[in-house]
Amino acid sequence: MGNRFDSVQAVRDGLKKVNYLADEGIASVAFLADRLGKPVLVEGPAGTGKTQLAKSIADLIGARLIRLQCYEGLDESKALYEWNYKKQLLRIQADKNSDSWSEVHDDIFSEEFLLTRPLLEAIRADDPVVLLIDEVDRVEVETEALLLEILSEYQVSIPEMGTITAKQIPLVFLTSNNTRELSEALKRRCLYLHVDYPDMDREKEIVLAKVDGITEHLADQIARIVRSIRQLDLKKAPSVSETIDWARTLMLLGIEHIDAEQAKETLHILLKYQTDIAKAAKELSSDK
Amino acid sequence: MLDLMSGFVAELRNAGLPVSLTENLDAMEAIKQIPLEDREAFKWALGATLVKNAAHWRAFETVFEVYFSLRGPEYALKDDEDAGDFWREMQDQMRQGEGKGGAGAMDSLTQEELMSLLMRALMDGDQAMMRALAKQAVQRFAGMEPGRPVGGTYYLYRTLRNLDLDNMMSKIDQAKADDGQMPQTDLERRLENDEMQHRIEQFKQEIEAEIRRRLVADRGAEAMAKTLRKPLPEDVEFMHASRDEMQNLKKALYPLTRKLAARLARKRRHGRKGPLDFRNTVRHSLNYGGVPAEPKFKYPRPAKPELMVVADISGSVAAFARFTLMLVYAIQGQFSKVRSFVFIDGLDEVTDYFKVTEDITEAIHRVNTEADVVWVDGHSDYGHAFEVFWERYGKDVGPKTTVLLLGDARNNYHAAQSWVVREMKHRARHVYWLNPEPRSYWNTGDSIVGEYGSHTDGVYECRNLRQLEAFVEKLA
Ligand SMILES: Nc1ncnc2c1ncn2[C@@H]1O[C@H](COP(=O)(O)OP(=O)(O)OP(=O)(O)O)[C@@H](O)[C@H]1O
Ligand SMILES: [Mg+2]
Repeated sequence: MGNRFDSVQAVRDGLKKVNYLADEGIASVAFLADRLGKPVLVEGPAGTGKTQLAKSIADLIGARLIRLQCYEGLDESKALYEWNYKKQLLRIQADKNSDSWSEVHDDIFSEEFLLTRPLLEAIRADDPVVLLIDEVDRVEVETEALLLEILSEYQVSIPEMGTITAKQIPLVFLTSNNTRELSEALKRRCLYLHVDYPDMDREKEIVLAKVDGITEHLADQIARIVRSIRQLDLKKAPSVSETIDWARTLMLLGIEHIDAEQAKETLHILLKYQTDIAKAAKELSSDK
Repeated sequence: MLDLMSGFVAELRNAGLPVSLTENLDAMEAIKQIPLEDREAFKWALGATLVKNAAHWRAFETVFEVYFSLRGPEYALKDDEDAGDFWREMQDQMRQGEGKGGAGAMDSLTQEELMSLLMRALMDGDQAMMRALAKQAVQRFAGMEPGRPVGGTYYLYRTLRNLDLDNMMSKIDQAKADDGQMPQTDLERRLENDEMQHRIEQFKQEIEAEIRRRLVADRGAEAMAKTLRKPLPEDVEFMHASRDEMQNLKKALYPLTRKLAARLARKRRHGRKGPLDFRNTVRHSLNYGGVPAEPKFKYPRPAKPELMVVADISGSVAAFARFTLMLVYAIQGQFSKVRSFVFIDGLDEVTDYFKVTEDITEAIHRVNTEADVVWVDGHSDYGHAFEVFWERYGKDVGPKTTVLLLGDARNNYHAAQSWVVREMKHRARHVYWLNPEPRSYWNTGDSIVGEYGSHTDGVYECRNLRQLEAFVEKLA
């Protein structure tokens, strides 16, 4: 199968060069995805770098990222392909009297009238691509079955045109926020990667990589405070993107060393619920 | 290696993980891609192919630890060259890891010296030293003897008791003060504290791992895995959950409610056919030469039920009531209205607790501490509680209402007053009873769930999150 990476360590180092801080698990699974030619299902809380992983991998191997953003109601016509029916209607109207129906039929179901959607695009690509199927838990079970078919065969059959087979097996990442249980069949097909909040050291590295000009000291303090806050019993724990936003805010405010007051005043960047903010504010000013 | 893997997979299945044949084969393929000496990557290769649910990860780790991290070369199969090498390398790695701390040299230390070494290691965050000390502590304090039929928890308890880790924090504080290193502000102190707690926790885990390692050496992996087997969070019984299991249950509940809410919203939208969807119909007409031969429809929203929850919150069923209330309120958007009542022998409405705060945990806390539920002696009296309910709120039960009655129906031989349930059934859309006890206990002793149940639309066994979720999904 694939041979895009030399080793797990190479994945990790490479990702770091494109500013993505992977842990051992993320790097191992990405490595295996290539070696085994299997899609990766990435699950985990919001804002922990699931989507970014696919983007960064594409970046790393110099591939084009093709993204299928999932939503409820997404169907074949938006995921795979659709016939351009407006154009087809016009064609039918124009030829109303001259051609036979079978001629018209053959004509309107040809390449010219085909609208390629992300899945078909990824299958037909000649250049290296990474396919990102983002937030797959939002689609209905029937659409999931469609994905499954494509991810097991890497081919698409269009009744009016025949079967199109992939020239290469692209790296495929599916992300999920776990709002519903995905089908067993889909899970069986994929390698599974649960991406959780990073540990303190990795979060600090992420902040250093993502926030220009931040000092080691401030990044360290931020990572520590965020870790402490995540340990509280909250409605919604701060995500990595919220940590980054917080760090940027502190930089804008010209803060070099956070004290309890400043932390409290900026907590709303980190936390979204009023009850969570109150809880964290109270905790930060007590030494337990 | 093959035999080892099949033993490992069998144990995962014993622990309740649904490992399919394909996944088993995938795992074999995956580990071929990983150099044997990379123990971390080896674990991830197995995890990514065999475990497809984050809630099962802990169970996986335990089995992995027993089968792979802890086993010595003596368990390798003689006829399997690869496995032999594999173990030798693992073993080397383990020795290297331990060598740094100089475990052997520690044998001659006094307990005080040992404790001060530990304190320093914790303060400096010296991982290698902490590992060596964990090993030493187990050797010294656990009192492990070969063949002794005692569980790991006992050895853990003995070791920890001797180490007195609870006082470690204050000792560390003292040492810092002596060094003139005390953090200045409350915030810094707090963060420092969290860091130390974190390290102490790590140290405890090292101790546990060391104990397990020795137990595996003594008893073999299979027996060990069996004693370590625990129910998955969704299968933990509400009535018998330990503190630790309760924590995990709570963690499992939130993602579960989100899933449930999304599923229910979807179900509602796709219920039945509504008016014509014009756009969609035109699009499909193209296959028929522009004739709308296949009409498409939009989907309407069915009415949401109104919910009244009446829960026994006495002793053994309290946890069950708590989880059910949390679950119901987490998805309250799925109901047009939710009202909740709790009782022991008296009854109180607690709907308002959930209205004034969006924090369900806090509301539950108030339910437990503030609700006025004791009438005479604080032992469950379903009959009296139901009477009070009917007297005060019976008029609010109507044809749109679904009533949920929660409890084990252990009535302490009081009068049943089951006529209340009959009247409820008469007036409400549905009445259901949820019982956290195993079905085989129903109607034994002072349980009269059958008597109440006969007036309801159904009695459901809800011993664990899995059953509770299934019921709530059916309900909404
Ligand atoms: N390991 C990481 N290294 C570098 N940046 C990261 C990492 N993890 C998260 N980030 C940053 O955090 C932000 C959020 O990441 P991303 O959008 O990928 O999250 P997500 O898991 O897809 O969230 P959601 O579930 O909400 O879609 C991005 O700006 C991303 O760059
Ligand atoms: Mg995303």
